[in-house]
Amino acid sequence: MDIYRAHVLVCGGTGCSSSGSATLIERFEQKIAENGLEKEVKVIRTGCFGLCEAGPVVIVYPDGTFYSRVKPENVDEIVTEHLLKGRKVEHLVYTDHATKEQNAEKALEDINFYKHQMRIALRNCGVIDPENIDEYLAMDGYRALEKALTSMTREEVIDEVLKSGLRGRGGAGFPTGKKWQFAYNSVSDQKFVACNADEGDPGAFMDRSILEGDPHAVIEAMAIAGYAIGASIGYIYVRAEYPIAVKRLQVAIGQAEEYGLLGDNILGTGFNFHLYIRLGAGAFVCGEETALMHSIEGKRGEPTTRPPFPAVKGLFEKPTMLNNVETYANIAQIILKGADWYSSIGTEKSKGTKVFALGGKINNTGLVEVPMGTTLRTVIYEVGGGCPNGKKFKAVQTGGPSGGCLPESLLDTPVDYDNLIAAGSMMGSGGMIVMDEDNCMVDIARFYLEFIVDESCGKCTPCRVGTKRMLEILNRIVEGKGEEGDIEKLEELATTIKSTALCGLGQTAPNPVLSTLRFFRDEYEAHIKEKRCPAHHCQKLLQYVITDKCRGCTACARVCPAGAITGEVKQQHVIDPKKCLKCGACMEKCRFGAIIKI
Amino acid sequence: MKSLAELEAIRKATLSRINVRTDEKGDTTRVVIGMATCGIAAGARPVMLSFMDEIQKRQLAHVTVSQTGCVGMCRLEPMVDVILPGKEKVTYVHVKPEMVPRIVAEHIVNGRPVEEYTIGAAENA
Repeated sequence: MDIYRAHVLVCGGTGCSSSGSATLIERFEQKIAENGLEKEVKVIRTGCFGLCEAGPVVIVYPDGTFYSRVKPENVDEIVTEHLLKGRKVEHLVYTDHATKEQNAEKALEDINFYKHQMRIALRNCGVIDPENIDEYLAMDGYRALEKALTSMTREEVIDEVLKSGLRGRGGAGFPTGKKWQFAYNSVSDQKFVACNADEGDPGAFMDRSILEGDPHAVIEAMAIAGYAIGASIGYIYVRAEYPIAVKRLQVAIGQAEEYGLLGDNILGTGFNFHLYIRLGAGAFVCGEETALMHSIEGKRGEPTTRPPFPAVKGLFEKPTMLNNVETYANIAQIILKGADWYSSIGTEKSKGTKVFALGGKINNTGLVEVPMGTTLRTVIYEVGGGCPNGKKFKAVQTGGPSGGCLPESLLDTPVDYDNLIAAGSMMGSGGMIVMDEDNCMVDIARFYLEFIVDESCGKCTPCRVGTKRMLEILNRIVEGKGEEGDIEKLEELATTIKSTALCGLGQTAPNPVLSTLRFFRDEYEAHIKEKRCPAHHCQKLLQYVITDKCRGCTACARVCPAGAITGEVKQQHVIDPKKCLKCGACMEKCRFGAIIKI
Repeated sequence: MKSLAELEAIRKATLSRINVRTDEKGDTTRVVIGMATCGIAAGARPVMLSFMDEIQKRQLAHVTVSQTGCVGMCRLEPMVDVILPGKEKVTYVHVKPEMVPRIVAEHIVNGRPVEEYTIGAAENA
């Protein structure tokens, strides 16, 4: 282990990997060697920094310079200027969208994006090398496990989690300590601990980033949970679609075993805990706890009724304690810093912080962690930087396919489990998708319902048939074939499905429709009665028209694939609606803003 | 399998290696070496390497080594600034690798600047 004067941290999360961070790492290593700096400067691949929109992200320490959107050809400049001569490459330094400020002299924490955040679950993401257990150890890693095994009884551990007020981060918000207590109370020759890493909500990637950036945090917490409830075997159920997360988990489990932090007689205390990875095949319903456990057992991933709850009869008919990745990521900190510290953060009934995956029409797409009780407005405008291109905010979708859309009037809602439900949505696993004036709310509802129809396992009729019928109605509406009474029919179906479906997936499936009906009923009515899409989004309900701003440059006519545009040079052109394919190519091409959608 | 003591040793050693990334708390000692053309020509690079060596040998957490440009007194290079938390900056001049262990031991570890190597001593001579 050598000391280096400078560390170059390159994000190796999924977002930055897909924008080419692996090539950057190679190039950095090569250039650093060429300049003879290999003994002075170290390149480290970290987990996600959160600001995926600005990726690939590179941070140079000790100064903490934050470079964004780094291309391979920029590497040479960073090495020869910054690392060799100590001069920052100003033009590559991250610029804040809202303030247009560069962070050149500021610490990372002072950028708007990070200022309102509080990182507990993500504390090591983007800070340590996730494939190096020593770095996790240096950040007080496995100290909580030591503390629990050597100085706390099993009851004391459960009590601490209970007192912290931590609630399940998978979405339902069940008190974690209670879950541990139920599993502890069950008597059996064998118990199991399981981790739900089958993150399936569209647009959500919190769990993925935690596993990629700080896998040991989850492993340590699962071992603590195993000690507390009396389980010697743990399973992590992770989607096969997360190859980087799976690989880092494998590496981390191997290292923990080598150090004696997993396996038999951990730290010489006589406690045994073995951890195994099970890969999910990408079915959304397998994120439901009973379906997930059937899948681990090697059976078809279908839900079954509860009770019996998993804490009584779970995996292989034995008591099982199942928590979400993000829930586990909080445990070690709670044990180390105490329940009082944790419960001082957040609101009365929702303690701690929550990680959100910000996506959609927002400037700072990425991963954020804020204390419970932060308002939606702060998350979207201060952290997220608002909607791009000066568009007007319309709604934010929280909770994935089980959640709902909240309009601008509810932006000052403090984010916690109970407030979001009262507002007509839910916390869910933490996806937050922002929509602007160009998004049609009927189409959004249709999108989520289509997802549910695809992912319904088909076991119970309300979900299998009911959601399909709802989708058919919505498809009709967006095509301009909506009829009087459709809204009422949707509402009736939704209520029935909610009260009769077998599992959480079905029971919450109508939520996107219900919440958009609640806040954007006028858009549904405009589609049905006036055959008009107020957002000019639904193709069948809009027309492209050329206004008198047209200078007759003929650019649109040349780009139109259907030959629908006619007109003389320097004369206003006309679009033939019968021939128009509504591809939008003309609107993109027009330099005068003369083409509009009506 | 690692014992508790071994884990603690790994923590300490790794922290001294990665503390360069966590320098936000103001309890860090900074060693800043002039590494412009003049500094490098006068032999700043071996000086920096010996600082890094010495810090590693002693497993000093909360010490960072970084570089800076030319401050204009090229004739005094290699120049090294040592800034202890909450203390005034001390500037050493004409630093050679063999002077480094003493600076680390007396100044960084024990808080007593090595007067005879400082810029004040050089200017008065």
